[in-house]
Amino acid sequence: MMWEAVVGLEIHAQLATRSKIFSGAPAAAGAEPNRQACAIDLALPGVLPVLNAEVLRMAVMFGLATNAEIASRSVFARKNYFYPDLPKGYQISQYELPVVKRGVVEIALDDGPTKRIGIARAHLEEDAGKSVHDAFPGETGVDLNRAGVPLLEIVSEPDMNSAGEAMAYMRTIHSLVRYLGICDGNMEAGSFRCDANVSVRRSGETALGTRTEIKNLNSFRFVGRAITYEIERQIETLAGNGTVVQETRLYDAVADETRAMRDKEEANDYRYFPDPDLLPVELSPEYIERIRAELPELPDVKRQRFRSEYALGENDARRLTAIREIADYFEAVANASRQPRLAANWVTGDLAAALHRANIEITHSPVGPEELATLIVRIADGTLSGKMAKEVFESVWRREGDPDSVIAKRGLVQISNPAAIEDFVDQIIAAHPEQVEQFRTGKEKVFGFFVGQVMKLTRGQANPEQVNQALRRKL
Amino acid sequence: MHTLSVSALGNALRRKEFSSVELTTHFLDRVAAYDTTLNSFITVTGDIALADAARADERRRAGEDNPLLGIPIAHKDIFCTRGVRTSCGSRMLDTFIAPYDATVVDRFRANGTVMLGKTNMDEFAMGSSNQTSWYGPVRNPWDADRVPGGSSGGSAAAVAAGLAPIATGTETGGSIRQPAALTGLTGLKPTYGRVSRFGMVAFASSLDQAGILARSAEDVALSLGAIAGHDPADSTSVDRPADDYPGALGSDLSGVRIGVVKEQFGEGLDPVVGKLVEEAIDDLERLGATILDVSLPNSALSIPVYYVVAPAEASSNLSRYEGVRFGHRAAHPVDMEDLYKRSRSEGFGDEVKRRIMIGTYVLSAGYYDAYYLKAQQVRRLICADFARAFDQVDLIVGPTSPFTAFPIGEKLDDPVAMYLCDIYTSGINLAGLPALSAPAGFARGLPVGLHLMGNHFREDLLLSVAHRYQQATDWHTRRPARFT
Repeated sequence: MMWEAVVGLEIHAQLATRSKIFSGAPAAAGAEPNRQACAIDLALPGVLPVLNAEVLRMAVMFGLATNAEIASRSVFARKNYFYPDLPKGYQISQYELPVVKRGVVEIALDDGPTKRIGIARAHLEEDAGKSVHDAFPGETGVDLNRAGVPLLEIVSEPDMNSAGEAMAYMRTIHSLVRYLGICDGNMEAGSFRCDANVSVRRSGETALGTRTEIKNLNSFRFVGRAITYEIERQIETLAGNGTVVQETRLYDAVADETRAMRDKEEANDYRYFPDPDLLPVELSPEYIERIRAELPELPDVKRQRFRSEYALGENDARRLTAIREIADYFEAVANASRQPRLAANWVTGDLAAALHRANIEITHSPVGPEELATLIVRIADGTLSGKMAKEVFESVWRREGDPDSVIAKRGLVQISNPAAIEDFVDQIIAAHPEQVEQFRTGKEKVFGFFVGQVMKLTRGQANPEQVNQALRRKL
Repeated sequence: MHTLSVSALGNALRRKEFSSVELTTHFLDRVAAYDTTLNSFITVTGDIALADAARADERRRAGEDNPLLGIPIAHKDIFCTRGVRTSCGSRMLDTFIAPYDATVVDRFRANGTVMLGKTNMDEFAMGSSNQTSWYGPVRNPWDADRVPGGSSGGSAAAVAAGLAPIATGTETGGSIRQPAALTGLTGLKPTYGRVSRFGMVAFASSLDQAGILARSAEDVALSLGAIAGHDPADSTSVDRPADDYPGALGSDLSGVRIGVVKEQFGEGLDPVVGKLVEEAIDDLERLGATILDVSLPNSALSIPVYYVVAPAEASSNLSRYEGVRFGHRAAHPVDMEDLYKRSRSEGFGDEVKRRIMIGTYVLSAGYYDAYYLKAQQVRRLICADFARAFDQVDLIVGPTSPFTAFPIGEKLDDPVAMYLCDIYTSGINLAGLPALSAPAGFARGLPVGLHLMGNHFREDLLLSVAHRYQQATDWHTRRPARFT
C-alpha cells in the first residue's frame, strides 16, 4: 500500500515593530517581567486598543511579496477564552476577514525542481503573555511583556506532501520575512514558530484524511522530525486498521515523538465576534501601491539577477540569496573586487565556515566585505596563492590587521618574477643531481620533491604555477 | 448656591461672590447632610474636591476663565479616576484604584472642574433602577421609596437633590436619559464617537457613550463642550471638532421639523405620561416648530436586539475580571479554575451574571447566526428607520420612559419588565444617535421626561430646541421638596 502525506503549516511570525500592536509599550524581548506591559497590555478596566499602523504596512508587504490579495477591508475579531496569560480574556485576531488572502510561494526541492505552495491567508493578531512556573514555589507567575506583541499568522494551503517540503516551505517564508525586514526570524526566541497540520491518505485518493495539529514547533529541525514522526504514526495507525483522531499534539524533542494534548486544553468554543473597540481596516489602492514601490528586491528576483549579472550557477545563487544579509555581503565583495566567482567561493566557503565555527551572523563578521574584496583582488593579481590567502584571511579574522598590512607584516607577497623563480629552480636542480637523474630516467614522482624544495626555499612565497613551469622546462 | 445654574455659578465665581472652595464646601456639606438618605455617592472625595477648588481659585486669580472653572461635578463611578477607587458599582472592583484618569475626567479637570466624588450606579451599568449596585440602591429625591432610574441613578439623584450642579453619566441603552426623566433632569447621550470612551469601564463597546446629567439644556451645553472631540486613545472616537454648543442656544423653532413617533404612544405607555408628552409637543408647535408624524416600524425590536448585542459584548468585556491582576480575588484558590470560578461568582451580582450567560450563549457555536448575527441585521434595519425619518424631519420626539419612577423592589425579580424601561431609548444607542431627555411635567408628583432624538452630531440642535422649550416652561426649575 502506498501512502501520501498532506501537510499544511501555520507560521507565526513576530513582526519587528518598536511598539506593540495595540499599545505604545515596547515590543522588544528580554526585559524584566512585566516591565514592558502598560495599562492596555494589563487589560485594566476602561482601556482601549489602538492599532499600530506599522503592522498593517508589514502585513501588506508580506501579501505583495507572495502575490496575494490585499483585502481592501479587514476586520479584527475577539477570540474568547480564559487563561492567565491572556489578560483581556480574549485575543484580538483577524478571523473572517484577514488582511492577506490567497498568496503563493515557490519552494526548491532537494532534487532540483521547484514547487508552488499556496498561502490561504495571513492575518494580524496579538501574542499572549506567558506563565512563569519556576519563579515562585508552588505558584505560577504571569509575565505580560509579550502580551500584545504583533504576530502575522501565515496559513498555508495543505500543499506539502513530506517533512522535507514543509521544511523547505518554512525556510522560504523565513527567508522572505527577513528580506522584507518584517520579522527578525529568531526561532530560539520564538519570534518565528509554527503549527503543522498533518494527515495521510492512500495514494490516488482525493479526499483528505483526518488531520492532527502539532503545536509550537520552533526550529526547522523539529518541524522535520515532528512531521516525519507524525506521518509514520498515522500510516502505522491506518495500516493497522486503526483510526486517526482529530486532535492537537505536542512534539517532544527529547523523546522525538508527538503526543496528544489533554482534551480539555483544546475543547474551546472561542465565540469569535468582530471587536467593537476597533474599526474595520480599510486600505486604499494608493496605500497599497505606495508599499509596493517600497518593497525590497525579493529572493527569487535576486537569485535570477545573481545568475545573470554575476554568472553564478543555480546552487550558488540560491545559497547566496537565501538570507538577505549574505546576499548584501556577497554583492559588496563581488562589486568591490570585480571577481564574482571568487567572491561566491569565499562567501559560501571559508567565510561561511568561519562564521559557522564562531556562531556569528554575517553582519557581525570580523572580516568586512571590503577586506574580503581586497584579499580576493590580491589573489586575482597573483600577489597571494590560495594557501597564502587562507592564512591572510585567518589573520584578518583574528584582527591582526587589514589584508594588505597582514601581507606586508608577514612578508607574504608571492614571488612571481620569472627571473627570480628560475634562479631558485636552478639552485635546487644544482643541489640535487641524484634526484635529477632519477627524474630523467622516468621517475615522475620525484617532480613533487623539486616543487617542495623550491617552495621550502622561498618559504612558500613562490608562485606554484610558475615553479611548475620552470621545473618542467629545466628538467 | 445649589439652586444656581452653571452659568450663574460661573458668573458668581467671576464676580467673586464666593470662591470655588466655598462653593465646593457647600456641596460637600449637602452631600454629608443628604446622602445618607439618597446613597447617590459610592465615594466622596472631599480632600480632592477642596484641592481641585483651591487650584481653580488659583487659576482664576491668575487670569484664567472658562465656563466650568471652579464648578463642582460628580463622576459616575464607571470613569477611572487616578488614585481613587473606581468600583463600577461592583464588588468585583471594590478594591480597584485606577492608575489613570478617563479622558472625560481628564478633560473636565483640564477645564477646572472640581471632583466631588464618584456616584452610585447599577453594577457595570447593567440596570434601569440602580438596584443592582453592590453599594445598595439609590433613592429618588422626589420620592425616597422609589428608584431614580439607572444605570446613572447616582448621578441623577445627586444633581436632582442639589448635591452637585452637574454629573457625568454613561449610556448603553438609556442609562442617562431614563434616570434624567425619572428625576426631572436634562440628560444628554451624545452621538456614538462624540465623547471618548477611554477610561470608561466597558459594558457594551459598540453602544457605550458618555454624557451629562444637569438641570437644564444650557448647563448640559456648557459641559458638553469640555468633553466632546477626538481622542486618539479611542479608535471609535470621531475625528471631528466639537460644535459650539452654548453658542447654538437661543435660536427659535420656526422651520424646525419635529417628528412624533407614532409607535411610541401605544400599549405600555402610562396614559398620564403620554398626555404630558403630547402637551409638550403642543408647546413645541406653539413655539414655531412644524410637527409631523414619523414611523420607526422596527422600534419594537430594539429591546430584543439590544438584549442580544449588549450582553454579547459584555460577556467578552467582562472576561478580564477573574481575580488575577486586580479586583476581587477568591480566598485560597486551589487551582486556576477554582480561582476564576469563585472570584467571578463572588465578585459579580445576579444581573451581571445573567447578562454574561445570555451573551455567552448568543455567541456560542451553533447559536451565533440565529442570535448575534440576526440581531446585527435587525440593528441595521433600526438604523435605516432612523435614517428614513431624518430625511423628513430634523428631530424626533416621544416619551423617554413609559412610566414614572417605580417603587424600590419592583421589577427586580422580573428582568423582562425591567428591560422594558428602555423601550424608547435603546434604539438610539443601537443607531449611535444623540438624544436627550428634558423635564415635561409631573404625573402624580413624579417627573416625566420628553425624549428628543437627533441625527448624528446634531447635539447642537437637540440642546437648542430643549433650551427654547425650557425658556418657555418651568418644569426644569422644580426642586424636590425635601432637598431645597
